[in-house]
Amino acid sequence: MASITGSVEIRVRRPRRGVLVGVLLIAWLAAWFVLRGIDTLSLGGQETTRLHRWLTEQADVLGRGNAFFDAIRIAVDQLVVLLQNVIAQPSYGRPVPVIGWLGVVAISAYLAWAFGNWKVAILTAAGLSFLGVQGLWQESMDTLALTLGAVLLALLVGIPLGIWAGLSNRAFKVATLVLDLMQTLPTFVYLAPLTLFFAIGPAAATIATLIYAAPPVVRLTAHALRSVPAESVEAARSLGSTRSQTLLKVLLPMSRSTVVVGINQTIMAALSMVTVAALIDAPGLGQTVLKALQTLDVGVAFNAGLAIVVLAIVLDRVTTAAGDRPWRTASIRRKVLLGLGGLGALVAVWFSRTYLWAAEFPSDVNLGPRIAVAATDVTAWVQDVFGGFTFGVRDAVTEGVLNPLQALLTESPWWLVSVVIVALAFLLGSWRGALPAAVCLGLLVGTGVWYDAMVTLASTVLATVVVVAVGLVLGVWAGRNRRVDSWIRPVLDAGQTMPPFVYLVPFLALFGTSRFTAIAAAVVFAVPVTTKIVADGIRAVPVATVEAANSVGSSSWQVISKVQLPVARRAITLAVNQGLIYVLSMVVVGGLVGAGALGYDVAAGFAQSELYGKGLAAGLAIVLLGVMLDRITQAAARRTPKFRRTVRGDDKW
Amino acid sequence: MTNKLRSAGVLTALALALTGCGGAKVGETEQPAAGAKECGTFNLTVSPWVGYEANAAVVAYVATKDLGCKVVKKNLKEEIAWQGFSTGEVDVNLENWGHEDLKKKYIDEQKVAVAAGSTGVKGVIGWYVPPWMVQQYPDITDWKNLNKYAALFKTSESGGKGQLLDGDPSYVTNDEALVKNLALNYKVVQSGSETALIQAFRDAEKNKKPLLAYFYEPQWFFNELKLVKIDLPPYKAGCDADPAKIACDYPPYDLDKIVSKKFADSGSPAYDLVKKFAWTNEDQNQVAKYIAVDKLTPDAAAEKWVNENQTKVNAWLGK
Repeated sequence: MASITGSVEIRVRRPRRGVLVGVLLIAWLAAWFVLRGIDTLSLGGQETTRLHRWLTEQADVLGRGNAFFDAIRIAVDQLVVLLQNVIAQPSYGRPVPVIGWLGVVAISAYLAWAFGNWKVAILTAAGLSFLGVQGLWQESMDTLALTLGAVLLALLVGIPLGIWAGLSNRAFKVATLVLDLMQTLPTFVYLAPLTLFFAIGPAAATIATLIYAAPPVVRLTAHALRSVPAESVEAARSLGSTRSQTLLKVLLPMSRSTVVVGINQTIMAALSMVTVAALIDAPGLGQTVLKALQTLDVGVAFNAGLAIVVLAIVLDRVTTAAGDRPWRTASIRRKVLLGLGGLGALVAVWFSRTYLWAAEFPSDVNLGPRIAVAATDVTAWVQDVFGGFTFGVRDAVTEGVLNPLQALLTESPWWLVSVVIVALAFLLGSWRGALPAAVCLGLLVGTGVWYDAMVTLASTVLATVVVVAVGLVLGVWAGRNRRVDSWIRPVLDAGQTMPPFVYLVPFLALFGTSRFTAIAAAVVFAVPVTTKIVADGIRAVPVATVEAANSVGSSSWQVISKVQLPVARRAITLAVNQGLIYVLSMVVVGGLVGAGALGYDVAAGFAQSELYGKGLAAGLAIVLLGVMLDRITQAAARRTPKFRRTVRGDDKW
Repeated sequence: MTNKLRSAGVLTALALALTGCGGAKVGETEQPAAGAKECGTFNLTVSPWVGYEANAAVVAYVATKDLGCKVVKKNLKEEIAWQGFSTGEVDVNLENWGHEDLKKKYIDEQKVAVAAGSTGVKGVIGWYVPPWMVQQYPDITDWKNLNKYAALFKTSESGGKGQLLDGDPSYVTNDEALVKNLALNYKVVQSGSETALIQAFRDAEKNKKPLLAYFYEPQWFFNELKLVKIDLPPYKAGCDADPAKIACDYPPYDLDKIVSKKFADSGSPAYDLVKKFAWTNEDQNQVAKYIAVDKLTPDAAAEKWVNENQTKVNAWLGK
């Protein structure tokens, strides 16, 4: 096995690198004692730099009406309003939507059955009906309409871009950079300007969701195409396939399951934007969550959050089932059944247009208040029982790890931190790591929020380390065991799509307003995506490889560490990257619970016009931190010689 | 499996056909189309706090019920709502806290908005402590004693000094300057949201933890907990002219209404209603309590209050 020779080589190199890193850190510590407090570039909360004030002025200039944006706005508005009219809002002179709840449930279940299987059809029917039972039918349908609109547009744009980035190395490099920007630039930064371009309404909300939700599908489509074994492509080409034939008959079919993971992630990301988009009046469940938070009503917020999770699970399972379904022409029997089912769905739609009970969800079966009360009680119980203990954990972690790390980063002169980070990047990933690090650090100084960026960096590093550790353990576990996977998945979906706003209040009660609270929220949000990608990677390891290892008597641990993890390396690098990006995308939410620093700057920029420029600069600083950390980890992963050998498809075209 | 599914489908269809054909039909109980009269439609921004929602609920209820207007409520942050005056997406703001810079920009420079008078509600901003602290340390309400108690307020976030917890970034704060200019041994820690502030006060009162934080009135939370304000050096006109040198309390705010120029010129009776709308802190707190504590919908809360205060409402309508 190649990995054995590979790991021998690493073992020769690693200690030397480790020693150098250690020496570097000790030197930093020594320098910190001497130079503490000099050139820290700190900036008060209401203070701004010239760049910030200039950016503030630009925001006004940008907001002038423009035919191009108007056209986009009208098109997007019409798409979303159409979807809303069909399933959510009273429309076309009728007191109810075009299709009532029974019709929506029937059509959704039918589609789930036709494209997936009967299991997901039942899940769909049960899930959607549950939304009605929660007393949130209309809100859920508003959210569904907006999400469908955003996801459709995201796929329309994202899949072609993903294919392009999968085929061309240059496009891949550009795309990675742009996607990092789209995913890490906090939504708050472009939320206010978007309302200037696209006015207040569904268009701005949809486009905000689109910007945040499109990257996963582009990234994973590209990743999938690039992971197709070179032999398959060569085989196809040696048989005389043209480029487009190779793409359509070999590359795309072979990447389908990963592309579907991308579509899943896009849907999940879109649903996680529901509450944020509500800040610019996006209709639906997000409004319910925000309204409940004004009065700290955890129960009602949880009920609405639960509805978002249910929607997410239904959409996730249906797309997954559709992705797993083998493509073949239907038998006559199936065609007849499909026809009958379609007829049944149409009958249900007719009912839902004719009778009130099928149009509006009956309000006498409303479990919403009960769910709310139960959630409130559970939260209160958890707070009472664990309250003291959790504050202890917070203080221990803050005093023991976070404060020293933050002191080292914030109190050192900026040039010292820069030199150390660049040197560290060089040791870990040679010039591939050092060069981007140097550029990012330079720009970071330029943003004028260096000090806040260092505070955020300390929290981010800590949160990411925890996320990767937890994600690897859970991911390997789920990847090796189907049952664990199916059991753990709803929990992961809940963690990823339950709006962080819902668990902020209980977290605040458990940990108070602090940086630790923000770290905890970020971990909850970022672990699911890391776990899912790791599990996907582990599962993609060829069965034959694992069996070969088993047959020579390897222990489970040996199989994991010597076979599965090394083979799944590419997926793990991606998982680290995504974990980091998700942590960074929570920086602003963290700012709402006491993390301060960049997150607070961004939120303040959104709320106060004179701080807009500073908020934008802070948003860019978050992006720069993301790009820098990502490039260093990528370069470090690339450094090991074994990785070189597993890079496939670079010379495919 | 498909057999089972087929029979299940047939059974469901049958059941639907048998039971479903009873029941009310869509459109049978439809009320006559509301609105239309001379009032038309106006867009009302709803800022994210309960006091504002109380204003919005009552005005929307009266405009709909008595004038037959159609009110479109839009849930927006203050800053976005101001932008909405220039894009034509917002017509009415029913509770504006100061924002002199925005008034200058949208009323004086762009001329897309006009002031529509006071709401009668007085806003107070300041530093507050939970009630238990005042019982235990009666002299804490004087700012001069704050340094004496600084050690009490230490937390994991405040770097060895006392913690002064700040709130929602929407509000202008002078706290960093105040701490510096009053030579207080405190550090301003940003909680980042009103939710975090209220949760902190709840926790502080319940577990007898010390807390000093930025807060404001009117606020529904005062129905639950009567926070006590710290007396800072009193405000005098002009003492806040230079933001860096501020060493006095926050000014009292006269909360006012802003409407779009377009709406003001429309001659709609709704504009007269908005212009005449004024009530007191107690009125607003009452409606806010209906919404936040008694969990009424804004509309039901407004109906309840209007029925109890018909004379006030009549004055707004010029009856």
